[in-house]
Amino acid sequence: MTGACDSCLRRGYLVGQLAARIAAMLDRPGKRVGALLSLSEDELIEAVSDRSAGVPDIPLRGFDACRERAEMADRGVRALCRHDGRYPPQLLQLQDAPAVLFVSGHGDLDLLAHDSSVALVGTRRPSPYGREVAQGLGRGMAAAGVPVVSGLALGIDAEVHRGCLAADGLAVAVLACGPDVPYPRTNRRLYDRVRERGLVVSELPPGQRPYRWSFPARNRIMAGLARITVVVEAADPSGSLITTQFATQLGRGVGAVPGQVTSRVAAGTNNLLKDGAALVTGSQDLLDELFGSESDEGRAARAQAAAAVAIDDPVQLRLLEAVEASLGIDGICAHAGVPVREARAGLSRLERSGHVRRDPLGGYRRTAVPC
Amino acid sequence: MLASIATFALTGVDSREVTVEVDVRRGLPAFTVVGLPDAGVREARERVRAAMLNSGLDFPLQRITANLAPASLRKAGTGFDLALAVGVLVASGQVPASQPDRTAVSGELSLGGALRPVRGALACALGARAAGYERLVVAVENAEEAALADGLQVLAVPSLTRLVELLRGRWRPDPPPRRSETRAGSSPAPDLADVRGQQDAKRALEIAAAGGHNLLMVGPPGAGKTMTARRLPGILPPPSFDEALEITRIRGAAGLGDGCLALERPFRAPHHTTSPQGLVGGGSVPRPGEITLAHRGVLFLDEIAEFSRAALEALRQPLEDGVVEITRGQRSLALPARAMLVAACNPCPCAHGAGDCRCNELDRLRYARRLSGPLLDRIDLICDVQPPPAAELVARTVTSERSAAVRDRVVAARERQAWRLAGDEALCNGHMDGRATRRHAVLGARGTERLLGSVEAGTLTGRGHDRVLRLARTIADLAARERIVAGDVEEALGYRLVSPVEMAA
Repeated sequence: MTGACDSCLRRGYLVGQLAARIAAMLDRPGKRVGALLSLSEDELIEAVSDRSAGVPDIPLRGFDACRERAEMADRGVRALCRHDGRYPPQLLQLQDAPAVLFVSGHGDLDLLAHDSSVALVGTRRPSPYGREVAQGLGRGMAAAGVPVVSGLALGIDAEVHRGCLAADGLAVAVLACGPDVPYPRTNRRLYDRVRERGLVVSELPPGQRPYRWSFPARNRIMAGLARITVVVEAADPSGSLITTQFATQLGRGVGAVPGQVTSRVAAGTNNLLKDGAALVTGSQDLLDELFGSESDEGRAARAQAAAAVAIDDPVQLRLLEAVEASLGIDGICAHAGVPVREARAGLSRLERSGHVRRDPLGGYRRTAVPC
Repeated sequence: MLASIATFALTGVDSREVTVEVDVRRGLPAFTVVGLPDAGVREARERVRAAMLNSGLDFPLQRITANLAPASLRKAGTGFDLALAVGVLVASGQVPASQPDRTAVSGELSLGGALRPVRGALACALGARAAGYERLVVAVENAEEAALADGLQVLAVPSLTRLVELLRGRWRPDPPPRRSETRAGSSPAPDLADVRGQQDAKRALEIAAAGGHNLLMVGPPGAGKTMTARRLPGILPPPSFDEALEITRIRGAAGLGDGCLALERPFRAPHHTTSPQGLVGGGSVPRPGEITLAHRGVLFLDEIAEFSRAALEALRQPLEDGVVEITRGQRSLALPARAMLVAACNPCPCAHGAGDCRCNELDRLRYARRLSGPLLDRIDLICDVQPPPAAELVARTVTSERSAAVRDRVVAARERQAWRLAGDEALCNGHMDGRATRRHAVLGARGTERLLGSVEAGTLTGRGHDRVLRLARTIADLAARERIVAGDVEEALGYRLVSPVEMAA
């Protein structure tokens, strides 16, 4: 059974049906979408109807909730409406909260209602530094048991999901298209992996393609789900900054990772910091911000995050030291006192735990942000 | 009078039968060669005339017409001299017309009448045997190579005079030396035990050899990449007789052979200025390229970033298919090209070793991207080559393993693969396609699969995933394990190639 009543489901499909018309109406996406989406059904139809075309046809005339439910079941999509107990309550603070969330993936639906989720977002064209920080934060949050919300876009979003999945964390991807549509296609495998253990969420019904307006609309859901929204790298203006605007409107926390002042993709984040966003230099900062530095919960989460990156094995420690000293593989073996076979395997384990990164040509580097 | 003599023309690394028809009749003295001869073949007329006269034979002062059939095939080279001379001898009645029976001839003539060797004697002999000839006349220098074709009587003739005596039944040449007697004098192949340090490269070489995987060596100049790579043929399984025959035939056709049967696999290291045609073969008279010369052996591309894009592109399809198809004008030619690729490059644009490097990450990424593209797709593993520390260079005691010991493990691993892949198209793990990989490289526990996934966390393309699986399969084979365990996957991941394209996505 799906947790959506007929009227909410109808509303969800209406937005889907009108998606193209909304797109035709809005030259520039932005806040106007929010206003549109908060309209009632009839008002919405009226607002997007093309008056010059004469009598507007009535969308959803043949809407059949049973049929759509069966269709959703076929596609492995669940629906959750605002009348369902599992609908994330924090999302209802949005003036134009989606009537229904379409969810794909094998994760637990309660994940969405988690009260201390973090949204980690950023540019689609990050610097290597941004990638590393994004992956480290995703990993750190996962280790601390904090659900990680992001948008599955290229760049920062993908790195965040990767970090989170690598640490077996709780991943939530909010899409600007139907939840069964892997977009962008480059991230297809990542999409599949998020669905394996986490959730893919959208307000658009299954099968919908993304529109320009649906990206900022998706951003409001990310901001709505998370207690804090953190931007890792973003230009100014950018979609990530729209997400933080939504977060600010909702009275939620906003954080930013500082970047090089000469970097274009750090302009947005550095401006956020000037405007008073929380400074995030690593998972510990973010967990502080999330739980407060004094609370027991915060202490526990920080300890968990720290424990996840701690290395007990002396060989692993020596391998890491050797990587830091940028010795070649032979030097690494000599330093750690293990044969090359074990060194290679050990380095793979360090890579898996996020302590080292592989260069494209095979060299290893210690990551700047282990947590 | 008309005579018809069989000879063989080299096309690529194979030979094709060419019938030399010689007609001698009354008329103004002339010597014409028809049947698409190139300038070199037309020059044969002068050599044949001088050689016959200097051997005390008559050169008929009549109208001589020679036709090289099939007339549609372009003829090049000097191998037609002998057939033309014998044709003239038979047509002018200087040797019995019943001779030579079921005999093909091949050789170049000197003006003095001596027989000179030609390229591709083995290809010629194999062609003659396939065409049903019983005897092949060649120069003494070509005899040993030609005699590698079993079931064909090779007649080693030093000069035109001797040949005439042979045809008149007054002389028999000594049989060419037997194969087993022809080993002396070859210098020993370089041994892995001579390489100090380079643990990582040695292990990578062993895995590459065991699974037939293509390898990329990364290290600063002078670290020993070429020296180490040269040891690869020594740890590959020794060529089977058929493979050795193939190697010898190709070497001979390219004029590189020493006449003996090849006991080691070839190692070719073309310079990075080599043209696409030089790598894959070509030319108006198509000649085998480096990839064909490396057939059944190793093609080593040092400084792979410096090769032209066109050259690397050209290598891609042959590496995949194991054969080069060249089409020139009206005909096309298939050259064998089943070689292992070993590439080498610097770790970064500044080419300094770890520690001294001044490149930033973007520089490195850009450099890696220049290497990337279709060729790196065919490379399964990457290894690190650093100059060994001075202490290791001067150390007296060498504890390195000898090539022979490594080769034993490689052969055992190959046998396991051959047994598993029986009936498949692939002969070793490195050649398995996606479907074969998924069938044969089954990961033991579900946890192992997750191990693979979590390192990559979605960055690995389907193809990259298969590559890691193939490597893990080979590592398990080297350890004589049918089951792939977590350690195998971890080691394979350590050697994998992170495509810069994947990184940028």
